Amino acid sequence: MIGLIGKKTGMTQIFDDTGRLTPVTVIEFEPNVVVGKKTADADGYDAVVLGVYDMRKIRITKPYAGQFPEGVAPKRILRELRDFEKEVAVGDKLGASLLEGLRYVDVTATSKGKGFQGVQKRWNFAGGRSTHGSKFHREPGSTGQRTYPHKTFKNVKLPGRMGRERVTVQNLRVVRVDAEAGCILVRGAVPGPRTCTVVVRDAVKKTN
Amino acid sequence: MNLIQKIQAEQIRADVAPFNVGDTVKVHFKIVEGKTERIQIYEGLVIAMKNAGIGRTFMVRKISYGVGVERVFPLNSPRIDKVEVVRPGKVRRSKLYYIRTKIGKKSKVKILLPSRKEEVEAQQN
Repeated sequence: MIGLIGKKTGMTQIFDDTGRLTPVTVIEFEPNVVVGKKTADADGYDAVVLGVYDMRKIRITKPYAGQFPEGVAPKRILRELRDFEKEVAVGDKLGASLLEGLRYVDVTATSKGKGFQGVQKRWNFAGGRSTHGSKFHREPGSTGQRTYPHKTFKNVKLPGRMGRERVTVQNLRVVRVDAEAGCILVRGAVPGPRTCTVVVRDAVKKTN
Repeated sequence: MNLIQKIQAEQIRADVAPFNVGDTVKVHFKIVEGKTERIQIYEGLVIAMKNAGIGRTFMVRKISYGVGVERVFPLNSPRIDKVEVVRPGKVRRSKLYYIRTKIGKKSKVKILLPSRKEEVEAQQN
């Protein structure tokens, strides 16, 4: 597996060779620095720790800075990528060129928060009739009945906080990799607001 | 200029001749049939332009065998070979949807004549 930490820049459209408009999301990459490596012997699994964005000096605490090896400035965002297939050394800088040649990617990010939502938006309940005397509009319905089961089961779909959770979108087609500008364009939407941090990996379910 | 604007700027076609709503135009549109490519000409009145940037489209209306036909073209599409202005029109609104309900002389748009200043410039050249 290979991957990078990026920033969602936003969406636009691209004409392809046949003249069709394709919706694309632009993901930018600052240089990803290899901050550390985890090995099966020492940590129980293989992984590469990538970091992006230098921190303001005043924000760096000694304990935080202590986890970075010498010669690597403390980074604001760290992500571990398991079973990294490319040979990298600590201190290496990785850019968008790493993703060249990939046809499909998976993108992981924290989705937009929707706040407290009812069951129709949150769980796609159908809802009731609006008119003809119906008093059942957007309610969740019954949850625990009476004698049996006499309780609300766990994990029953009810209103509550929606969004702002880790979401992975799989099999997004790579439309273009621009190593010079340090960005890639993937077909379709990516979770999260603009400027949010995303992790782009090669697709698990497609052979690249 | 941010990255998205840059990506869009690459694709925006400045070579498609500038035309306006109300003009009668000939759209030379590339049609791909299997392996061969040919150019189809669609002539009609531009009745609307919509959206901005890369997604800008224009709507061309013509009467074909007594039936009104409206076709929407993406302005920046690579499949547009060129757009010829046959007759510039003088209109006072940006959307000419009213033309759909008009017949005869009322469905015509007045020709836009060049202003005196433009005429003088044209003669000098």
